[in-house]
Amino acid sequence: MPLSIHDLTLARGGVPVLTGVSLSLQPGRALILRGPNGSGKTTLLRTIAGLAPPLSGTIEGAEDRVAYAAHADGLKAMLSVTENLTFWASVFGQKDINVALEAYDLHDLKDRLAGTLSAGQKRRLGLARLLVTGRPVWVLDEPTVSLDAQAVAMFAAAVRGHLEGGGSALIATHIDLGLSEADVLDIARFRAADGALVGASDEAFL
Amino acid sequence: MIALLRRDLTLALRAGGGFGLGLAFFLIVTVLVPFGVGPQAATLSVIAPGILWIGALLACLLSLDRLLALDYEDGTLDLLATAPLPLEAALSIKALAHWLTTGLPLVLAAPVLGILLSLPGPGYLWLVVSLALGTPALSVIGTFGAALTVGIKRGGLLLSLLVLPLYVPTLIFGAEAARRGALGQDPSTSLLLLAGITLATIALMPFASAAVLRMGLR
Repeated sequence: MPLSIHDLTLARGGVPVLTGVSLSLQPGRALILRGPNGSGKTTLLRTIAGLAPPLSGTIEGAEDRVAYAAHADGLKAMLSVTENLTFWASVFGQKDINVALEAYDLHDLKDRLAGTLSAGQKRRLGLARLLVTGRPVWVLDEPTVSLDAQAVAMFAAAVRGHLEGGGSALIATHIDLGLSEADVLDIARFRAADGALVGASDEAFL
Repeated sequence: MIALLRRDLTLALRAGGGFGLGLAFFLIVTVLVPFGVGPQAATLSVIAPGILWIGALLACLLSLDRLLALDYEDGTLDLLATAPLPLEAALSIKALAHWLTTGLPLVLAAPVLGILLSLPGPGYLWLVVSLALGTPALSVIGTFGAALTVGIKRGGLLLSLLVLPLYVPTLIFGAEAARRGALGQDPSTSLLLLAGITLATIALMPFASAAVLRMGLR
């Protein structure tokens, strides 16, 4: 089932940032979103993940199929790497965390408290969480922040494995991930005109 | 759901989890009261049920701003909102975890602290019963307040102001039941009303909490 988005208008803080966004993502494909800071990438991804309602437009094929990862990884400093992963695995009804430990080379760290990891190691753990969700559509907001080149390669390999398994990925990023097969979409062209306040009043007063 | 409960309990018990905070506060309040009002057993035994109830309520209030704020800051709430577990269930579980780590210890400590306040003999049973019936409502209502103030930095003050009026009915009937019990009167009317409040909040509040939390996460 493809993820298809039709004529979406999105607002942030009551001000429309994107309008007329349409895109479709087939199983086995990855789509990279590009755009300058503040262009609405995060807003779009949060809306697709179901965390914020769009002002108008439709999203199909996202409900209960999205695994979302953003700047905050949802890790608890006082839980070990294994405990963090096991928790998220059982929330998503999965059991096996070994694949995730393997993919991001976390075996040596698995008994360490997440609070004692470096920023890059935390990020790897946050991304490993995606592998234990069992969800087909990955929605990732700047997944490579604080990763070194080697970890970016691990991430690219994980995404590739996910695509080969029939999954799909929507990634907002500023760097080259080495995913040559992915499509690229520059969302700057969906930018809402300045001062457009279509339907914004509702949001502003909520 | 079990995983979430287990995780919250583990986090509360590990370093920095704030498990003993409410209990320590409860202890301090009840130990200080005899110094403040004087050591006459006659005076103390009259006010003991009310003091113990107010102490338990404030101890509960003290721990509320940690209930969701930490999960909000590290992104856990965003991820839970996109997980298969309904947000209503997740918040009920978090309220249960809060009660097990804050409310239940207060219920168990109350009879011991009752001795410090010369609580009359028949009062102990009814004090424990009324606290056991009432404190779950404090946790559930508190979860609603925490959900309402989730995105606000240093929202503790606002949270207390919002939640206190909602705590008043529980306090009135809880303290009344404990007081009547201590005087050897029949506390059943107050206890029934208290149980009614608790059951109603457990049944309805999670829906309100989830609705306001979804707005807070936007």
